[in-house]
Formats: sequence, structure tokens, C-alpha cells
Amino acid sequence: MINTYVVDRRLNGKNKSAVNRKRFLERYKKHIKRAVNDAVNNRSITDMEHGESISIPGQDIREPVFGHGKGGKRNYVNPGNKEFVSGDMIEKPKGGEGQGGGNQASNSGEGMDEFTFNITQDEFLEFLFEDLELPNLVRKELKSMDDFVYRHAGFTNVGVPAKINVVRTLKNSHARRIALSGKARRRLKEVTALIDEEEQKDRSLRNEAYLEDLIIEKEKLHNKITRMPFIDDFDLRYNLSMKEPTPSNAAVMFCLMDVSGSMTQQTKDMAKRFFLLLYMFLRRNYEKIEVVFIRHHTSAKEVDEEEFFYSRETGGTIVSSALKKMQEIVDERYPASAWNIYAAQASDGDNWNDDSPICQKILERDLLPKVQYFSYIEITPRAHQALWQAYDEVRSRHPDAFAMEQIIDQADIFPVFRQLFQRKSS
Amino acid sequence: MTEKVTSGQSERHDPITASSEWTFEFIQEFDRVIGNIALEYRLDTYPNQIEIISSEQMMDAYSSVGMPVGYNHWSFGKQFLQTQNNYKRGFMGLAYEIVINSNPCIAYLMEENTMAMQALVIAHACYGHNSFFKNNYLFKTWTDATAIIDYLVFAKNYVSQCENRYGVSTVETFLDSCHALQNYGVDRYKRPSPISAAEEANRQQEREDYMQQQINLLWRTIPTSKPQEQVQQRSGFPAEPEENLLYFIEKNAPLLEPWQRELVRIVRKIGQYFYPQRQTQVMNEGWASFWHYTLMNTLYDRGYVNEGFMIEFLNSHASVVYQPPYDSKYYSGINPYCLGFNMFRDIRRMCEEPTEEDYAWFPDVAGKNWLDTVHFAMENFKDESFIQQYLSPKVMRDMRLFCVFDDENRDEYEIAAIHDEMGYEKVRAALAEQYNLSTREPNIQVVNVDLKGDRSLTLRHTRHNNVPLNDECEEVLKHVYRLWGFDVHLESVQGDEVKNLYHMPVRPKTEEEKNLENLKYV
Repeated sequence: MINTYVVDRRLNGKNKSAVNRKRFLERYKKHIKRAVNDAVNNRSITDMEHGESISIPGQDIREPVFGHGKGGKRNYVNPGNKEFVSGDMIEKPKGGEGQGGGNQASNSGEGMDEFTFNITQDEFLEFLFEDLELPNLVRKELKSMDDFVYRHAGFTNVGVPAKINVVRTLKNSHARRIALSGKARRRLKEVTALIDEEEQKDRSLRNEAYLEDLIIEKEKLHNKITRMPFIDDFDLRYNLSMKEPTPSNAAVMFCLMDVSGSMTQQTKDMAKRFFLLLYMFLRRNYEKIEVVFIRHHTSAKEVDEEEFFYSRETGGTIVSSALKKMQEIVDERYPASAWNIYAAQASDGDNWNDDSPICQKILERDLLPKVQYFSYIEITPRAHQALWQAYDEVRSRHPDAFAMEQIIDQADIFPVFRQLFQRKSS
Repeated sequence: MTEKVTSGQSERHDPITASSEWTFEFIQEFDRVIGNIALEYRLDTYPNQIEIISSEQMMDAYSSVGMPVGYNHWSFGKQFLQTQNNYKRGFMGLAYEIVINSNPCIAYLMEENTMAMQALVIAHACYGHNSFFKNNYLFKTWTDATAIIDYLVFAKNYVSQCENRYGVSTVETFLDSCHALQNYGVDRYKRPSPISAAEEANRQQEREDYMQQQINLLWRTIPTSKPQEQVQQRSGFPAEPEENLLYFIEKNAPLLEPWQRELVRIVRKIGQYFYPQRQTQVMNEGWASFWHYTLMNTLYDRGYVNEGFMIEFLNSHASVVYQPPYDSKYYSGINPYCLGFNMFRDIRRMCEEPTEEDYAWFPDVAGKNWLDTVHFAMENFKDESFIQQYLSPKVMRDMRLFCVFDDENRDEYEIAAIHDEMGYEKVRAALAEQYNLSTREPNIQVVNVDLKGDRSLTLRHTRHNNVPLNDECEEVLKHVYRLWGFDVHLESVQGDEVKNLYHMPVRPKTEEEKNLENLKYV
């Protein structure tokens, strides 16, 4: 007899292919990374939090098998004849497969297209930061945050009267009284019973001395019970509130970059990754983020992202122009009371020599009091110049709000980033 | 039997359900009713295990070629990504069903299907394919439905053990090479021993030791007492050309470690399991389509389903067996569902309403018991012989089949034959040939191993109508080289003439070959 089982498998895991998928990604890492890098260059830094569609040339992932090539003599049988009769000759189409040999055309055309698939955001970031030796970004609390929120966090036995939790306290008091007076109450009951019993007896049979003792004991017990305090210190329970730092919900991030002739596109790409990291770091801490791009050579200008990263300028370098610009913008649009201000400056270290002391002054006097954090990265393999020295002094005087590091190649970006921001979180 | 089916069941039943939503109860009820009708039609099946799955799970099933368990390999991941991408972009719908040749026969049904679709799928997979798996001679010979799942579990565990021991990438690369030859892992003329997982696992260690010993014997370099005789015995090794490349490599490759031989064996065994499916596509799909059509109509005749249900069913059925004409942009070869369905339908027609033509062409079929005839056809043929045996002029006319002859040396295609009196035989022979496995896949065999010399392996491609190998050939040879460990040569032969030589590692062309090449352009 036929027997059929119907099984509901829908609750079984649906990611049976996850391992194989991962292996595929692993195998074509090189391709994927190239695609990811291209994508980064085409994307805005505020637009990193989604996946990407990756294309790999079909032949690169082809698994070869023996097959027939073109040529030789063959017969094809096709359906749907309309006008042909035996012996008809049909011109072969020039330059390639004709539809007369439809079979073959479809066979040889297969697999040559691009192989396209999607990776998730996590995978995207993983590939993006792989060079940067990026561990999983952990959520860090920023110490300098000013806003707190009180959250209920259980109960405590010390506190201010205003926070007393009446129900808990009375519960405790009740329990304590029951617990501590239990023996006395039981005895009292017994004694009362004994007294009753004794008093029921005929006067002649009564043991007066015994009765007297019982009455005294009853008195004592009663006193003992009433002496039990209604509320004791250790009954008291207070609502506990914890002060939790909460991100003030808005932050602004200033990206300052030198775009003078000495900055190559490669340097800018490195800077872009650094800015990107900072952006994502802030993204995890603030609800709302604005990004301001200021680029400068001898004069500074607020620009959009596209122009910031990809337009080229030549000429000298006056860093203070950018700092002044930033200060203006802060004063105008981002009052320090309402905004967490972060700034990251990238440069190759070139500056007009007389300008460096001015930078130092602007930073210390105008900017540092307002910003949460100002980080400076110098992307250069060369020796430091006057700007670095000037900033170094700033660092020694304001170690909490100012940080600077040197980056030589891609692999430095994350370690440097971590170094810059660890100080804040430890 | 026939009388019983056609007459005895005239009582009307109430429709099982009028709703298009399926429930487990309805599925069970449909299965019971369809199963009973299938019994009347003598469909002999393995027990069914119907599994309801979601579309994500269907994609998983797709990418592991429908195997419920499979070892891990990047190529399955590629398959998955491809499926997922196509599905998400709406390029393809998912199959309504996947059915696995195992005992019990596992059929996956998607939860998105409507009730009518589920019933269609049950008829198609659980009774159509299932009975084909159980009764077709190729499946009986080549596959062991009771053991396959266990074997796959064994394979998965073994591969992952190897990965732990030798590293994932080592194992993956090695499997890549085996996969390149997966279609060449079958003895076409020898009957295989059935695969059984328990036995495999038990005997595997034993086999490893024994095999290594054998190999060492073959490649022994220490002179033996009678060196002369040995040389003579081995002078032509293998004595007969060997078409089962993977088997040959598993047994004879000089440098493989025992675990590598076991991996070759696993790929070979799985290839063998799919071998019948590659040769019975038209028959298998045709048989299943014929039965879902017949069973559904019987359901309707007996009142188990209503008109709405039938319209939905016919709509799906029509799209499954649709054959776009050769000049349509949707044309991609002959639709096996359509061809097979038409042929089985026509066999029944010839039995029930034979014409003069049928008596002339198919004296053994015309007017006979249709159930006996279709069962016989299903059990004893593969695509090639089935078409050669049963493709009737009527089907050729209905499908308007015509045969195009393409000679690379000529600028024109010739219409060699069409669906007319003169052409029937030719079209039929050409179509059968098209389904001949050796026409579809190049015929490549091991012809020699240079035992005394550089241990090189020589393969021979015997051309069919002078059709050459494709461009991937050298890539495949790289894989063969990896497996064999020494030089690999491949000669492509038409008749007695060597048309092309491939070497791995690639060898600079000799003077003679260069001249040959140049001659081509003269």
C-alpha cells in the first residue's frame, strides 16, 4: 500500500547555502574587492550602509568541462517549420551563429555574460575595510557627552527619601515583622490558650501561681511584639536610577582637506577612507549627523562631497584659511551648545611656514573649546614640517580634544584611527 | 485493467475543496485520491515524502542540484547566488517542485503554490517521476534509491573531514578538478555495483590500503626477476581504452593520496547517480507530464475537482508543455516536457484510436492496450532509443519538426528533411541522434599510459562528424594534469586521422604541426 508522509520543512533553516556562498565570496575575493573599491569611489561617504551588486566576468568563474566546439557536420532538428521543404538552402548569417542552428547558438552563447550577484552591507564593509585591518567596530561610549538620561535600574537600600518605594518598603517591613515575631506570637497563642484553660477550671482546682506566671509571660510577649518597629531601616527600599549617557542627538563632522597640487588622488583616497571611518563611528553614536566639507589651498571653500574628493587645484597651501572657514561655519550654523562638533583634517603636511603659528592660535583659542574632538592626519612618507611641529604643541597642551597621527599607507588607516579614538573611550 | 479504469469508476464525488488555499489536510486528501487513481493505472512508486518548503529553501535546494545533503563547495555557492539573483530580479520563477530519486521519494513543494498547483505537483512528481525512477531500466541499473541519501551524508562528512585535515582550499581545488570530469565517471557498458553508505564507510579504510598497494605495484621501479615478461604484459596499458576517466584516475593515478582517491570516487559516484537523468530527460519529463495530465483529468471526471481548479491546472500545464517555434525569441531548443508529453499522448492515441498510418508504422502499438504499451515504453528505453522507437509521423507533423544540416565547409544550411513522407525517418533518426549522449558530450577515452617512460597519460577524443572540442578543452586538461600528476596528451581523431593535439603542460608546436596548421590556410 502506498504511504505518503507530508512534512512541513518551512521551519528548518533556510540558509543551507550560506557556507557555499561564503566560499564563493572567499574564492573571488579579488574580484569583489575591486568592485567594492570602485563602488566606494562612486559612493558618497554618507552612503556606505547598504550592500552592493558585484559583477564578475563570466569566463572567470566558468567551471570547464569537455564540450563540443563549432565546426564539423551536424544535423539539428527544430520545431515549428513554416515554409521550408526538403532540399531548401538557407544562407548562413555572416559573422556568427544563425538562428537556423538555434540549438548551437544558445549553447555557445551561454556563460559568457557577466555574473552578477549582491553582497550585503556587512560583507561590503568587510571587504572595504579588509585592507585597513579593521576588527568589528564596537560601540563606544564617548566620555565627553553632556546629555544624560535617568533610567530605572532596579531598587536599592540607600537613597534619598524622595525616592522611597512605598510598596517594596512595606512589603519588607511586613515580612520582617512576621519573621521576627513568629515565635513570640506562637507562644502568645499557646499562653493565651493555657490561661483560658486555667480560668475555665473550678476555683479550687486552679493553680494560682501558675496562672500568675502565664499572665506575666503573656504580658511580656505582648510587649515584645509591640516593641517590634513597624518600619526598620533595613526595610527601606528606594527606586534606583542610573545615569546613562545619551548621545546628544546631533553631531556635525567637519572634513578638512588640503587640495593643493601636492595632494595626489591616492592620498585623497586614503583620506576618504579615514573620513569614512570617522563618519561611521559617529553614525553609531549619534542620531543625526551633518557633514561639512572644507577644502583649501591658499584659500578655503565649503564644497560638496564630489568636489571635495575629486576636483583638483594647484597652488600653495595656507592651512589657517580652512580653520578660519570652519570657525565661521561653526559660529554661523553649529552652536556648540546644540551640536557635537567633530573635525578631521587631512593633509600631506605642506604649509606656508609663517602660517603654522597662526593655525596653532586659531585652534587653541577658537576651535578647541568648541569641538569634541579634532583629529589631524598627515598622509606622507616624508619628514614632518612646520605644521606638524605647531600641532604637536597643541597636542601636548590639549591631549583630550586634539589628536594627530601620521599615515603612510592604507594599512595604517585603521590602527591610526583606533589610536586616535581609543583615548576618548578608555 | 483498462476496462476497470475507463468504465468502473463512474460514480461522482464531491470536490475535495473549492478553495485555492492549500492546507495539510487537503494535501493529504489529494495525495490519497491521486494515489488511488495512480494504482488503478498501475503506477508503481516508492513511498512519498512530501516536504513543504519556502521559496528561500527552494533556492537552496536548487543550488545543491536538489540534493538534500551535499558536501560544501564554492561552485554550489555560485549556483546559489545565480539563482537568488535571477529570482530576485524576476528573470525566472522557481520550479514548482523538485523531486529526488530516493526511497522514500522526496518531493519539495513550495508553500507559495496554490492548491491546484500542489495537486498538479503531487501528480507530476510523486506519481509521475517517482514511478519513472523506480521502473526505468537505467535508473534501476545505475542508481540505488535506498542508499543515495546515506551515501550523500557519508560524502559530506568525508569531505569535511578532509577539509579539517588538509585544509579547505586544498580540498576545494582538488574537487574542482574532479568536477571537471564528473561527466566522465561512468562505465557505460558495465553494470555498476550498487552504492551503499554503510558499506562505503566500513570498507573505505580497507580500500585505501589496498588501493595504495595496487598502485605501488603498478608503478614499481624495482626490477623484478623477469623484467622482459613484465614489459610485454604492460606494454599497452590500459589494455582496452577506458571511458571512465575518473575511475581510471582513482585506480591508477600514481601520485594521489588515499583521501584524494576517495574524493575522486565520491565525485564519480555522484556523477553516476545523475547519469540516468542526463539520458532520460525527454522520457522522464514526458512521463511525468503525461501522468499529471491524465491523473488530473481523471480527478475532474470523477468530480474531485471543479472547473476553476481545472482551468488553473490547464493554464499551468499549457505553459509547461509549450514549445516555441524555431524562429521565436523564446526558442532555446526542443522543450523536453513538450516532446515527451506529445509522444506518450500519441502512444495512447495510437492504442485507442489507431489510423492506417499507425498500423503501418507501429504494428506493435496500434490498437494494443495503452497502459501496457506506455509502461513498456517507459521501462525499457532511454531518450535516444525511445525517440527512435516511438516518434510517430503524427507527432512530427504536429510539432512541425524539420532537420537542418550544417556543414562548416559550406555557406548554406540545408533543409535535410521535413515532416513529410520522405522525411519522417530522417527527422526521427536525426532527433534520436541529438539525444545520444555521445553526440551531446565528446567521446573521450584513456588510450595509453607510458608506464616505462615519462608516465604520461594519453586521452583520445573520437570525433563524431568531425565536430571538434570547444575552447575549454585546455582548461579541463589542466585539471586532468592535476589529478594525474604527469604530462597529459589529448588527441582529437576523426576516423584514423589525428586532427588536433593538445598537451598539458602546453608544449611548443613542433615543426610538423606548424606545417599542418599552415596547410589549413592554403
